[in-house]
Amino acid sequence: MTDRPTALRAAAHPDDARRNPGLPFDLDRVRAVQANTGAIERRAASLPGRRSVKKEWQAAWLLRAITCIDLTTLAGDDTPGRVRRLCAKAARPLRGDLLDALGMEPITVGAVCVYHEMVETAVRALEGTGIPVAAVSTGFPAGLSPFRLRLAEIGDSVAAGASEIDIVISRRHVLTGDWKALYDEMRAFREACGAAHVKAILATGELGSLRNVARASQVCMMAGADFIKTSTGKEGVNATLPVSLVMLRAIRDYEAATGIRVGYKPAGGISKAKDALTYLAMMKDELGRPWLNPELFRFGASSLLGDIERQLEHFVTGRYSAAHRHPAG
Amino acid sequence: MTVAQIFDSMEYGPAPESAAEAQAWLEAHGRMFGHWIGGAARAGADHFDSRSPADGTLLARIAKGDSDAVEAAVTAARGAQEAWAAHPAKRARALYALARLIQKNARLFAVLESLDSGKPIRESRDIDIPQVIRHFYYHAGMAQIMEEAVPGRVPHGVCGQIVPWNFPLLMAAWKIAPALAMGNTVVLKPAEWTPLSALLLAELSAQAGLPAGVLNVVTGDGETGAALVAAPVDKIAFTGSTEVGRAIRRATAGSGKALTLELGGKSPYLVFDDADLDSAVEGLVDAIFFNGGQVCCAGSRLLVQEGISEDFHARLIRRMQSLRVGDPLDKCIDVGAIVDPVQRDRIAAMVDAGGGTVHRAGGDLPGEGCFYPPTLVTGLSGSDPLMQEEIFGPVLVSTTFRTPAEAVQLANDTRYGLAASVWSENINLALGVAPAITAGVVWINGANMFDAAAPFGGLRESGFGREGGPEGLAAYTRAPHPARQARPIAAVEAPRAGQVRAPALDRTAKLYIGGKQVRPDGGYSRPVWSKKGALLGHAPQANRKDLRNAVEAARAASGWSAMAGHQRAQILYYIGENLSARAEEFAARIAEMTGGSAREAEAEMSVAVDRCFTWAAWADKHDGAARDVPVRGMALALKAPVGVIGQFAPDEVPLAGLISIVAPAIALGNRVICVASEPYPLAATDFYQVLDTSDVPAGVVNILTGPHEELAPQMAGHMGIDAVWSFSGRALSQVIEQESAADLKRSWVSDGMARDWLGPEGQGARFRDEATETRTVWIPYGEGTITAS
Repeated sequence: MTDRPTALRAAAHPDDARRNPGLPFDLDRVRAVQANTGAIERRAASLPGRRSVKKEWQAAWLLRAITCIDLTTLAGDDTPGRVRRLCAKAARPLRGDLLDALGMEPITVGAVCVYHEMVETAVRALEGTGIPVAAVSTGFPAGLSPFRLRLAEIGDSVAAGASEIDIVISRRHVLTGDWKALYDEMRAFREACGAAHVKAILATGELGSLRNVARASQVCMMAGADFIKTSTGKEGVNATLPVSLVMLRAIRDYEAATGIRVGYKPAGGISKAKDALTYLAMMKDELGRPWLNPELFRFGASSLLGDIERQLEHFVTGRYSAAHRHPAG
Repeated sequence: MTVAQIFDSMEYGPAPESAAEAQAWLEAHGRMFGHWIGGAARAGADHFDSRSPADGTLLARIAKGDSDAVEAAVTAARGAQEAWAAHPAKRARALYALARLIQKNARLFAVLESLDSGKPIRESRDIDIPQVIRHFYYHAGMAQIMEEAVPGRVPHGVCGQIVPWNFPLLMAAWKIAPALAMGNTVVLKPAEWTPLSALLLAELSAQAGLPAGVLNVVTGDGETGAALVAAPVDKIAFTGSTEVGRAIRRATAGSGKALTLELGGKSPYLVFDDADLDSAVEGLVDAIFFNGGQVCCAGSRLLVQEGISEDFHARLIRRMQSLRVGDPLDKCIDVGAIVDPVQRDRIAAMVDAGGGTVHRAGGDLPGEGCFYPPTLVTGLSGSDPLMQEEIFGPVLVSTTFRTPAEAVQLANDTRYGLAASVWSENINLALGVAPAITAGVVWINGANMFDAAAPFGGLRESGFGREGGPEGLAAYTRAPHPARQARPIAAVEAPRAGQVRAPALDRTAKLYIGGKQVRPDGGYSRPVWSKKGALLGHAPQANRKDLRNAVEAARAASGWSAMAGHQRAQILYYIGENLSARAEEFAARIAEMTGGSAREAEAEMSVAVDRCFTWAAWADKHDGAARDVPVRGMALALKAPVGVIGQFAPDEVPLAGLISIVAPAIALGNRVICVASEPYPLAATDFYQVLDTSDVPAGVVNILTGPHEELAPQMAGHMGIDAVWSFSGRALSQVIEQESAADLKRSWVSDGMARDWLGPEGQGARFRDEATETRTVWIPYGEGTITAS
């Protein structure tokens, strides 16, 4: 029932010493996972009311949120020009005068996230910024192209310079309870990524239940995922607080069992500064301070940054802001 | 701190809720409050300070009500009651307006409540006040539909209501809303430490169009409460400590005042090894750290399955580290202040004196103010005082169990019976365990869920009566009183010497205990004479030891309570059938004893048989209901037998009276010890022969004969009896209610009023209500997104 963990390649990232090496497949561990939907929903519903940050604290937390954004464009009409514009925004997400007023050194977003065809453009545009490029991969978003092509796609994106790969899992393995197949698939994706970090997109909106989300989270971490991520942004339901709570608890369990910290990326549907604060508070309370860094936490979002910019200008000036005052990405 | 520093540390900062509006309201009153009587503020004679527990600052001076103030309030309430009761639709509109007014002033209420009580603003804002509003909406509806919801019921009249400091406005709403909806008027006594929100409510009530005198508020301390209990009110409703509840039971004994009590608890929180452990940990945060554990139904006694206990405690201790204790008006605080230094010192003393391993939340406590850290005590066993006694603070005590049976046994190993939580992902386990726990409310995979439609209240020493749902209306209405005083009937005196007519053949009546005919422990019997001087037989004189034996037999017959209603129905039909077969003999016996006519005796006989059939019919029909509560899931209001009921049969109709009280009790699953009519005991001793031939299991019905006055205090004081009913012609009401205070058993007494046992008063809804306890089981459910078509 269990496989030996495969050997991992040499570390390329500075933090690779702590990369998740995975665990042998352990079906008992997967099946023991429980997730009580009602209790999780009630807890999630109360979360926004339980935490509040105001004034300087709110500004600082919103700045922190910016550094955790995977600034994303995943549209059929993406062009090199569009991607270069996004990369410029990624490198300067906040107006210089606002940074000065806040007494902050320059900050950047966590990463830029694009399709494979845009990887090279993005890598070139971000040269010298230190901002990683993430590529969605493995037949994103459905993940139903031939397995060898999905593996090859990873290799191509890594070769093109992507240092993070967002893979999509085969939902059918979850829906049919074939956890070993999910494990093997994830393991293969992880191998194909090499030194690039891998985020496992569970497509939680298509998994049917929070219990399945919890179990899929465990299996993907067991198979070596560096991050677990909610959604492609293309499912009917994307990141939600209940789903997040379930995935964070899985990450906590995995840390308790292995000492390894796995990252979390909610994606889709987070567009307001207030939502970002709720997520940050949840990360802090459920997992702790280490998870309030881009190494372990990302927002997959395209319009969140704009709302944060407006809130920060409001903090600085005392006046409500408007979208056109902040350069588009 | 600079933004850049916070960006690095990612600490939480202060997030204060403004108290400006609430302080302005206090200032507008010169920080000096009187009572609210007859629709206007009335200055008090004496005053005391109300302080904020978070920082000790003076909020206001509060009037200390004396008996004059209470009398004035009761008089105002009395004067307003008849007109208020006359128009249900007007009541509905006033209550609806009140709900709306609270909604419009929700934040003011929330801030005032947190200032006064020390509870976090999140709780007062997101839980207390919305629940208050929900309660007034729900009961505005009940006022509108009263005639259909509770047909034939009338209000008690004037209700005295005494509420505690842990949910000041919510507990007031739980009492005021149903009372007013049913046409009662109210004198409310808020807690000494937290009177402000009730005073604000009273002030707003005029704007809602509540007529003067309908809602009165008298502030004060325990003496004020005692004065209200002693005042000429028709009903007392109390929420608070078991100790004070007991004193109120004693004080009202024999007064005829209706009484409901919602008292303390030591509620078990069961975690089985297949539970969602992280959710169960979060549930505990809501169960024991909610309102600093100052909650009567707090899940304060953790029972966790042995194999997962280490894992579970580790998760819980980790979770406790992220709880933030501090300023109640900070929006980022989980646990606020303890209501008063007296209470904080009491909690500290109990924990310091107790054993076990103490784990505390790691966060800092504020430097000043009245705070106590969230605390877990592990390694305790059931016999440790910390496992038995209510702490009423953020202190969780814990022990382990091995099996579901042991979990239930440990859960029930308490004098209390208010609430419980059961955590398991196995529907068989959870739904099997929930009703086996002796508690008025059980939450499956949840904690501290409340709603106006779901009855709430306790068993055992957690009190009696329900708040919420149709059951809650029963506490504020009654059937119209029987108009006649009962007249005691003396036993027929012995004929003069020389006129004794001995029976042709001696028949020996015995006591009937545990399915056996037994001689009385004391060895005494009393001759029973006919009015014509015939010796009809000897009635054994039961004493306290016979009663003890009967209770043991009844307790042992617990299988009866677990039996399906269908099975119990068959046995009741069979009793009726066998009784009917001997109708002539029984009628003759009744006529001989009472000296009544043959026709009267036949009429009684016919009623006796009919009652068997009526209660056989009800045995499988007095079932519970699923209540519409605003969660995904349901709240089941189940009807469970009370347990062992001690009864005193009425004097005047020796057979029909006895069967009228025994039959409903056993039909609905109780076991009884019934003391027969004192003047006419022999119908009962004949009746046990019928029981013997009708397959009634041993111990389900135990029949004693003997002196009611001697047996009444024994029965009411016996801790193994769950309820006492008395329809004796002797004046037993006071002594029964007085003695029942020892373990707060339920009592249903005649208060000296007669009842027409052969008519409709001899049966009906009250019998069903008294024979059952409502137990509410919350069953939240759901997985995935299911859309009903």
